[in-house]
Amino acid sequence: MFDPVFIKVLLGTLLLASSSAVVGAFSFLKGESLVGDAIAHALLPGVVLAFILGDGRHPGYLIIGALIAGLIAHYGIAFIEQRTKLKSDTAVSLVLSTFFGFGILLMSYVQRTGQGQQAGLERFLLGKAAAITMVDLYVFTGLALLLLLGAALFYKGFQLMTFNEDFAAAIGLPTGTIRFAFTVLTVLAVTVGIQTVGVVLMAALLITPSAAARSWTSSLPRMLLLAALFASAAALGGTFISAALPKMPTGPWIVLVLGFFGFSSLILAPEKGWLARRRRATSNRNKTQRENLLKLLYGAEERAGEPVAMTAEAMVDAREQHYEGLTKTLRNLKKEFLVVERPDGFALTDLGRIEGRRVVRLHRLWELYLTERLGMAADHIHPQAETMEHVITPEIEALIVKELGNPEVDPHQSPIPYEED
Amino acid sequence: MTPTLAIALTAIFTAISCAVLGAFLVLRKMTMVGDAISHAVLPGIAIAYLLSQSRSSLPMFLGAALVGVFATVVIEILSKKWKVQSDASIGMTFTTLFALGVVLITYWSDKVDLDQECVLYGEIAFVPFNTWTLAGQSMGPIALWSSGILLLLVLIYTFTGYKGLLMSSFNEDYAAVLGIGVGAWNLSLMSMVSVATVISFESVGAILVVALLVAPAASAYLISQKLKPMILLAALFGLSGSLLGYMISAQLDISIAGGIATMLGVQFALILTITQFSRTS
Repeated sequence: MFDPVFIKVLLGTLLLASSSAVVGAFSFLKGESLVGDAIAHALLPGVVLAFILGDGRHPGYLIIGALIAGLIAHYGIAFIEQRTKLKSDTAVSLVLSTFFGFGILLMSYVQRTGQGQQAGLERFLLGKAAAITMVDLYVFTGLALLLLLGAALFYKGFQLMTFNEDFAAAIGLPTGTIRFAFTVLTVLAVTVGIQTVGVVLMAALLITPSAAARSWTSSLPRMLLLAALFASAAALGGTFISAALPKMPTGPWIVLVLGFFGFSSLILAPEKGWLARRRRATSNRNKTQRENLLKLLYGAEERAGEPVAMTAEAMVDAREQHYEGLTKTLRNLKKEFLVVERPDGFALTDLGRIEGRRVVRLHRLWELYLTERLGMAADHIHPQAETMEHVITPEIEALIVKELGNPEVDPHQSPIPYEED
Repeated sequence: MTPTLAIALTAIFTAISCAVLGAFLVLRKMTMVGDAISHAVLPGIAIAYLLSQSRSSLPMFLGAALVGVFATVVIEILSKKWKVQSDASIGMTFTTLFALGVVLITYWSDKVDLDQECVLYGEIAFVPFNTWTLAGQSMGPIALWSSGILLLLVLIYTFTGYKGLLMSSFNEDYAAVLGIGVGAWNLSLMSMVSVATVISFESVGAILVVALLVAPAASAYLISQKLKPMILLAALFGLSGSLLGYMISAQLDISIAGGIATMLGVQFALILTITQFSRTS
């Protein structure tokens, strides 16, 4: 398994995968990643024509053929988008499928005329890393290095183009040239990438590493690095799996491993991952529920003028809605000594009273602020305050109190309860 | 029935079905989702082949179509709930499922009568040889039957759902106001695309079915952006493109599916040129 050929194939695959991932990252951020998919499919006729017309074994012809076909596809899509009413998705899928069909037609022609080396052509469909010759390897590895260099050279331009093309044009960048350079780089990246995964699955190499990397970081350089790392790890994993299992294709395995990285990043990544966002949403909801319960109990005490207890049923009635997880919230409040359970229901502890009073205070302060300073009508402010009472921090509270000059009552003439200290 | 007629009819039935569905995809800007479905059904088809061990099990293949619907649901979740750009959601989902399909087919290669070539460009030339026998009597090629049923399904769907499809294609908000479930129509359309892809799969393969879906509808859209003429024109272009493609491939003895996709592309280019000139003059 660790013979020199395997190592070289592995190294080549690593470079090929990471260089296409880096170029793909820019089109990912621009929201044009499926154009890369179309270009990949459209390379097929170019590659086959180069094979028919030129020397089929020479990688130079393949690169030229791919470059021409890729540029035609790119400008074809741009033409359809600009000159007709067709939307960009139609332009992309149209060019993708008809060019690919033409490629299949040409391939069947090569097959029929029995040009023996057609096995070399089939590797472009789904990729066949094992079929890469040493010459290919040197050429494509060189190309991959060139791509990384190109991405580094045009880094500033690409960055500006990606995030704000109008701004790039306004500060006098040659956007036309940069766009052309970017297209050429994309086509070359695809040409390099299809050596390992083929035209059909090339989109994965362009898109998935970036989608995975994007959920871990918001900084562009870090994202590029991570995307390259994910792509390399997938290339490594895919190559190993296909070498270890009999008859297994390399390209699809690389894509599967990549898909695994992509989907698990989207789920697991801290902050932007699905789990983290769900956890945040749950904890927000819990906080709101706790504060609403404390506020409810405080309000009951305020009306009664003395400490009172409420049953869980009474709480549900008072909020006029069914409390999801009411018992759980009450249990947590009990655990934190904010409420105590008595035979006649739940009552606030001293600690709970302070907390409940705080929420009521924020609610009434915000209502006052909305009417006094923002000029809202008194009958419109309640829902706003319901939200803000859970959000306002102590610092902002202090500022509002100061701004309103230590007010005594809210717009409904209810007292604003301060802590007596 | 001669083999030539069987192939031509299968191609025509498939092309018209896809063209009609494609018209809705183009109007909804969802052609790439159609592309994704056509790739994503592959693992479903591989499992269907493994379990049914034959090509005639229609229920099995309708089951495979569920994977296509599953893919659209995954894409929706990725883009709407997980806030991934929609193009990236599509690209991630279909490549992963397609790769899974290829791996499954390779893994079961001695048990599943399917190879990578068939997956990529179908075997419409073999249509006449896969016949269906009922009560000891040959009923003709299976693919002819299934594509005929597909056409019937698509026509019934379009006629019965015309109003809902029309409303939800052009103005989602307005449709929602009228109480037309945009989400439900979307899902039903994607299910139809999924079924169409699975049934066309054997004859034209996973990628060329995209040409059948998009090219006739896009050509029609260049001429008319009204739904009814657009559907009719798309069906017509599907018919003419597939017939021309088939004739040329038969003449030159090359891939029929490739020929059809190429002719659909040429047809689009011609219509594009004509409409461009008539606009400027």
